[in-house]
Amino acid sequence: MSVHSRAGGGPVRAIIRLQREPIAIAAEVAKLVAARNDIGAVVTFTGICRADENGAPIAALNLEHYSGMAEAEIARHVEEAYARWPLLGALVTHRYGRIKPGEDIVLVATASSHRQAAFAAAEFLMDYLKTRAPFWKQVEAADGTTWVEAKSVDDAAAERWTAPPPRRGAAK
Amino acid sequence: MTTGSAGPTKKIKVRYFAWVRERVGKAEEEIEAPAGIATIAELMAWLAGRGEAYAYAFENPKVIRAAIDRNHVRAEARIEGAGEIAFFPPMTGG
Repeated sequence: MSVHSRAGGGPVRAIIRLQREPIAIAAEVAKLVAARNDIGAVVTFTGICRADENGAPIAALNLEHYSGMAEAEIARHVEEAYARWPLLGALVTHRYGRIKPGEDIVLVATASSHRQAAFAAAEFLMDYLKTRAPFWKQVEAADGTTWVEAKSVDDAAAERWTAPPPRRGAAK
Repeated sequence: MTTGSAGPTKKIKVRYFAWVRERVGKAEEEIEAPAGIATIAELMAWLAGRGEAYAYAFENPKVIRAAIDRNHVRAEARIEGAGEIAFFPPMTGG
């Protein structure tokens, strides 16, 4: 786990944690808002293991990750989110190892004074997690194991954040 | 391959993940690439020539992603000064 604080021991800026264990979502989210009264909105996204992949039943997902780079890459994108939106907190917890259908895989939570920034930043972080964070899913099924292929729809979702933001007051 | 001026070869830690790891048959190793190998693309081509397992792992280098010292890099990135280089398929986390 890595916790990045503002200089001088101010509020926690980002909590990034990779773990094998299931995610205690309520407890994690509570950390974001603990002892503060400036946060008006928290958006949480939870990614959950489905019981099927491409229509075929699965027994589990095995998540491999690049320890060290995964935390660093997530931290870079959290900083990018801070640069884009007025965030008051961000939390990313990603599991690795064997994950069974119905279990959580990832939790992203973003806090801000108003909802728009929190929604946008959570979506931004998830889109980048999918395509840039070094994790790989392997499907475990009755007939063996296969690596999940990256989806072009995920690349497209991440790509849209690289387009310049629409100019305010631009012609409709 | 020979290049007169590139100096001595340097040991680099190379790591493999997901199906690249499975195909190579190991998660990491120390390599000593010839001095003429300057970029990620050249390193992949050199690795592919190290035997059947490597040839299989790197048969389609366009789909393989790379990182130098835990930062994503493109195939044309220079490897000079790298301590750790990783090769892996497109990521599927989240």
